[in-house]
Amino acid sequence: MIVVVCVKQIPDPADPGALDPETRTLRRDAKLILDESDSYGVEMGLQLVDAAGEGEVRLVSMVPRGEVSGLRTALAMGAESAVLVSDEALAGSDALSTAKVLARAIQRCEPDLVLTATESSDGYTGTVPVQIAELLDLPSVTFGKEIVVTDGVATVKRQTEDGYDEIECPLPAVVSVTAGVVEPRYPSFKGIMAAKNKTVDVLDLAELGIDPGTVGWAGARQEITDIAEAPARDAGEIIVDEGDAHERILAFLDDLKVL
Amino acid sequence: MGIAKIWIYGESTDGSVATTTLELLAKARQLADTVDVVVHGDASVLAAELGDHGAASVLSIGDLGDGLPGPRIASAIAGAVAAGSGPSVVLCGTTYDGRDVAGRLSVKLDAPVITNVVDLILDGERLLGVEPVFGGTTDVTTGFTGDTAAIFLVRPKSFAAESAGGAAATVGSLEVGDLGNTAGSVVRDRFVEESSGPKLDEAAIVVSGGRGLGDADKYEMIETLAALVKGAPGASRAVVDAGWVPYSYQVGQTGKVVKPTVYLACGISGATQHLVGMKGSQNIIAINKDEEAPIFGIADLGIVGDVHKVLPRLIEALQNR
Repeated sequence: MIVVVCVKQIPDPADPGALDPETRTLRRDAKLILDESDSYGVEMGLQLVDAAGEGEVRLVSMVPRGEVSGLRTALAMGAESAVLVSDEALAGSDALSTAKVLARAIQRCEPDLVLTATESSDGYTGTVPVQIAELLDLPSVTFGKEIVVTDGVATVKRQTEDGYDEIECPLPAVVSVTAGVVEPRYPSFKGIMAAKNKTVDVLDLAELGIDPGTVGWAGARQEITDIAEAPARDAGEIIVDEGDAHERILAFLDDLKVL
Repeated sequence: MGIAKIWIYGESTDGSVATTTLELLAKARQLADTVDVVVHGDASVLAAELGDHGAASVLSIGDLGDGLPGPRIASAIAGAVAAGSGPSVVLCGTTYDGRDVAGRLSVKLDAPVITNVVDLILDGERLLGVEPVFGGTTDVTTGFTGDTAAIFLVRPKSFAAESAGGAAATVGSLEVGDLGNTAGSVVRDRFVEESSGPKLDEAAIVVSGGRGLGDADKYEMIETLAALVKGAPGASRAVVDAGWVPYSYQVGQTGKVVKPTVYLACGISGATQHLVGMKGSQNIIAINKDEEAPIFGIADLGIVGDVHKVLPRLIEALQNR
């Protein structure tokens, strides 16, 4: 079974983000890391391949400047290879452009199953998984908590407001995976060493057969009309607990008459 | 001036319209001449409530059977747009199914989705979406520049649902086109997890726990406290990522937006990811060991202290009342 996992390499979320004042896009000049949201999909893919007893996990990613540092983390976890799309014409890509590029790269991997996170930690549009499915004419299940594959059918527990739905989906399909549902393995020393020699195919738009005019700035059909500081919320009273902080909380709640 | 026609993807449970849909209606009726709601299933049971909130008509794509709404609703809306009978703006709530609809429709119309919108602004004859970024410190306003329908994903709680006193919406139908392989997912079973208190996004008090709790089993204090104040338990992303509680508990950028009367943040440092989801709360109480924690920058009452000491005392005091 070939499981393709879409992974995004992002600036460390611990660093405060910033918008480039000229391009009005997120600045991505710092070192990139694997989006933690994607580590759950990688882990789930590895477990599904283990359960199937055959196959492999392949990664698909799109990034500026051919960066691979985040990809190496996922390869060290056990993914077999990666397709990385990098092209200057992709600067300014919105979620739909990203999905178009990823979908084309995914096709080259001939997957039985495509896994993604529910949304990335930096852009968080949450639309890419379903856009990929629609572009590839595939069924999808979003917000998957658990996946079992039997005889070419995925049975997915899908998160709902008050529990979960059990959904059956014929493969190939796209499933987005919620965070925290599996424990991503730490790359072993052996895995880290092996990752250095794994194949990362770096492709540009021409090699993928995508017209640069349909993606990036050229293909964007949205414009930022304004960036403004949001109204700030002021801090109130800060006290140090001397063993009576709970009484202050109760008094605060009593004043509001919410108890 | 204004938008000629807005369509809203309408969600409902057991014949009752979802609050998110009513919120969208409350805003859309101020922006457009006509607002219609696209639903699946029996439209007639929803017509009175939707009309009361300002919908002119409710258009059903028919019964879903065991299928998911995403591909079918998107196909029906795209078909209407192609036929020239569609809207110039489509609004979906940022919900599990709303994101499916918007994503599929986006590809069918070859139009981007303007996401995470918390406000909609009229700019002549087009609509702009306002998205908070960087923990809600910056607002980015975005408009669609293409020549098909503009698609917006609007976060719940962005507008207040309010009756407009309108007559029942007229009932109509929409045709679903060829779905290819996209509609293969089938719901086999539904499981409802028992929960006694109010819903996270409807509760007057939300008690949230973060990494500062230390261990998964300490989250029980959050559940206990939430039950005592008749509130709902929530969580930071760190706690959800660690697998302590399900995704549905998550408050923040990638989780739920809550605006309760009181938000009590316990052991939550206040990463920008979290602040976006709760800074609209009327009152914020924060308990954290680290006096430098960003959460104190927006708290009305900040307690620099150990959650493992403050919470047990607070729980005991409430139990003794």
